[in-house]
Amino acid sequence: MSLDPHAPPRPAPPVAHAEYHPSTREYVRVGLILIALTCIEVWLSYSSIDGWKLIALLLTCTLIKFLMVVGYFMHLKFDNGRFSRLFALGAVGAFTLYVVVLLMFGVWGH
Amino acid sequence: MADVTHDAVHTEHVTSTGLSSTKLAMWLFLASECLLFGGLITAYVLYRGQSTTGPYPQDVFDIGYTSVSSFVLLASSLTMVLSHNAALARDYARMRLWLLGTAMLGLTFVGGQVFEFTTFYHEGLSIKTNLFGSTFFTLTGFHGVHVTVGILMLLILVVLSFRGALSDDPAFPVEMVGLYWHFVDIVWIVIFTLVYLIPSPKPPGVP
Repeated sequence: MSLDPHAPPRPAPPVAHAEYHPSTREYVRVGLILIALTCIEVWLSYSSIDGWKLIALLLTCTLIKFLMVVGYFMHLKFDNGRFSRLFALGAVGAFTLYVVVLLMFGVWGH
Repeated sequence: MADVTHDAVHTEHVTSTGLSSTKLAMWLFLASECLLFGGLITAYVLYRGQSTTGPYPQDVFDIGYTSVSSFVLLASSLTMVLSHNAALARDYARMRLWLLGTAMLGLTFVGGQVFEFTTFYHEGLSIKTNLFGSTFFTLTGFHGVHVTVGILMLLILVVLSFRGALSDDPAFPVEMVGLYWHFVDIVWIVIFTLVYLIPSPKPPGVP
């Protein structure tokens, strides 16, 4: 950053927009995958699988759905990386809060 | 006056970082919302198995019904991106159609939530009944309010679009409202699993 008050102003770079936007067909495909994953989740909740195995499978499906919506529908996969880092800051902060509080109260020990 | 508005819009899109300030602010807002919902979800998970009196989660939850609500909200995310794609293609009639479709699906979700809350209330669960009721209604109520705000934003976009009051690039405001809408969807994805699908531990002394 120049401190010279007489220096000519630098031309501002153009605003970064997502360069690539998925087509309607791609969006529908993502939507169908999300619905399929939700069906799997519901099936898992009715299945005989239980305990940590069930929780791990459900959380995996949830994580995939979360990343697909954030990546495709919210365009983070195609947009400037700074938006991803900003959002990750909040998401990781929330997850850390969740884990720390639950560890503190020993929720997983019961 | 029209020139001033145009200049203001133009200035907003030329920044030293090369990023749109509006979009940056929206992502910052969504990051802060993550912390809000992180706190509410944590409180729910912490207290749901601590109630000394019923009803308990397993007594009131109807997974089939909530699954339909989840499908509705997922479908609304799809219609939202289709509206953005239509705006990018400058097909404004289709853009309004998808926006209205998204708002209708959102209304269906909120209506379903109101019905669910009413049913729970008649089954003896209110926000004051026990720890489960307090944390459940606070968490899902906050989410419902967010969906309602999203519906209002969508309807305002449609009205502004009909009045020709959107900027030269309607795809941008549609994208911003879309970011908020998809965020509400991902929060529900997490709530659906953590609140409804993962079985709640039985409170001490309950067979």
